[in-house]
Amino acid sequence: MEKIQVEICLGTTCFVMGSSHLQELIELIPKRYNNKVEVSGKPCLGLCSQDCEYSQAPYVKVNNEVVSQATVEKVLKVIEGIIGNNEK
Amino acid sequence: MRNNNSQAVHLKKQILIKIIEAFFSDDYERNTRLIPYQMRPKGSQVPYRCCIYKERAILKDRAIAELGFSIEEHDETVLLSEYAKKALEREKPEKNPLTVLDAACKGCVPSRIYVTDLCQGCVARPCQSVCKFGAISIVDGKSVIDGTKCKNCKQCMQVCPYNAIVKITVPCEDACPVGAIAKGENGLARIDFDACISCGKCVSACPFGAVHEKSQVIDILKHIKNGEKVIALIAPSIVGQFPGNIYQLKTAIKKAGFYDVYEVAQGADVTTKNEACEFEERMKKNEPFMTTSCCAGYNQLIKKHLNEIKPFVSDTLTPMAYIGQIARKKEPNAKLVFISPCVAKRVEVEEDPNVDYLMNFEELGALFVARKIEILNCEEEKFDIESSKQGRGFGVTTGVANAVKDASKNSDCVKPTCVNGLNKDTIKQLKKWAKDGKCEEGNLVEVMCCEGGCVGGNATINSVKIASKAINEFKTKSPHINGVEICKESS
Repeated sequence: MEKIQVEICLGTTCFVMGSSHLQELIELIPKRYNNKVEVSGKPCLGLCSQDCEYSQAPYVKVNNEVVSQATVEKVLKVIEGIIGNNEK
Repeated sequence: MRNNNSQAVHLKKQILIKIIEAFFSDDYERNTRLIPYQMRPKGSQVPYRCCIYKERAILKDRAIAELGFSIEEHDETVLLSEYAKKALEREKPEKNPLTVLDAACKGCVPSRIYVTDLCQGCVARPCQSVCKFGAISIVDGKSVIDGTKCKNCKQCMQVCPYNAIVKITVPCEDACPVGAIAKGENGLARIDFDACISCGKCVSACPFGAVHEKSQVIDILKHIKNGEKVIALIAPSIVGQFPGNIYQLKTAIKKAGFYDVYEVAQGADVTTKNEACEFEERMKKNEPFMTTSCCAGYNQLIKKHLNEIKPFVSDTLTPMAYIGQIARKKEPNAKLVFISPCVAKRVEVEEDPNVDYLMNFEELGALFVARKIEILNCEEEKFDIESSKQGRGFGVTTGVANAVKDASKNSDCVKPTCVNGLNKDTIKQLKKWAKDGKCEEGNLVEVMCCEGGCVGGNATINSVKIASKAINEFKTKSPHINGVEICKESS
């Protein structure tokens, strides 16, 4: 099965608006999901500049789903959802 | 609990970004006035408060604080555009670095011990028998506390088998280590600035984001826009607060309009060397212990509440004071801006002869966002003088004490101990050491106002854990203090 890809935006806007805290996921995810999920910090994903929406930052991409105002809990929930679907 | 990643903090940063965008726009005053309406346009959802008008009123108050004014003295009839104009016209930032936003303050129920509905009205009644003050009576089969008799000893809380008794807290009052914030006559929080040590704990504690720093962002940007030389002095705790490394950050800060960037860690190296010498001299004179003196919150605590410890406090200046001297000598006409993790340094900046302004990490972050500066795309630029690993470690608890130990000629004689965060208990401890004239735990006492050190400051962006890790990694790549150049004239 293909690995779930988690990309944390570490561009300036996302970092300042809270993705600094999401770096926690870089340690947490491999521990929790072994090799089902791959996580990485990325330079600006360009999502904030589309319509100047820094109010919705920080952004995380899980596969191709964009998670806005992302928190550790929110991202984990999306991952759980995908894993749940895959196992059905 | 401190949380620098809450919705309230997010909101504060959004407004900061909008103010800076407005400042650089073609109509600063009008665009500032429109901020509450842009953020809560007609028909938009009301996420937090009772109605859209209150949401906007609070956003306006936040903007006023971020323009550098006190809400306590604010006249509601004055438009935000007028405040924007006044911020631009003022010669000096206002005193008292904090303000309470009345409209945002919940006016929490007063702090007390309270019996909840979970009380089962048991036969044993341990709460009643344990209370030494006769404050608990039984009404309609359940325990009730008489507030006039209760001394908040919490004994009843501990003995209740149903955990039915709770302490109702007022977060700001609870967080303040010196009792400087309390409810005024109208039930809203008020800061007593004669007692306040500007530690910023109330800012972090209030879940409504009602305590605000008064920003100097407009004052600083005004000088930048006028084309003056403005120099950023970046605190050691900045490492880990932004993406990229500190050399890319230097370029980013210059892109934002600053003329040059100095590491305050360079000043920390001077502090370390001087404090190590001072420590040796004091020990030669058989003094029992010495405390560090670099934390601005601690220095205000000494001044306002803990005079008795003064003889034991190091006379060495802070890293900011030394780097201020160094930068001022090199650039006599520049404006010097300390880039800070906390509000306490605002008071130190106000008193410092060289440093002119303070910009905190949140404000610098907002400046980067508003100016669309992508730090990860910035080139690296080295500093003229590379600071030591000791100086670069000042922002994390134990960093200062260990630096002094490392720089001592007789490092075996240095026994460091750390006060990791000022609160009611640690202040009591410090008082005791001062009174007894001895400290059992060591002879070099590092005092940091914030838990975790400066990385735990109220205006930080990252978590203490991730930021401390980043600093420790950066330290391993830095030279030892015995190998770096120290500015002699500052000794």
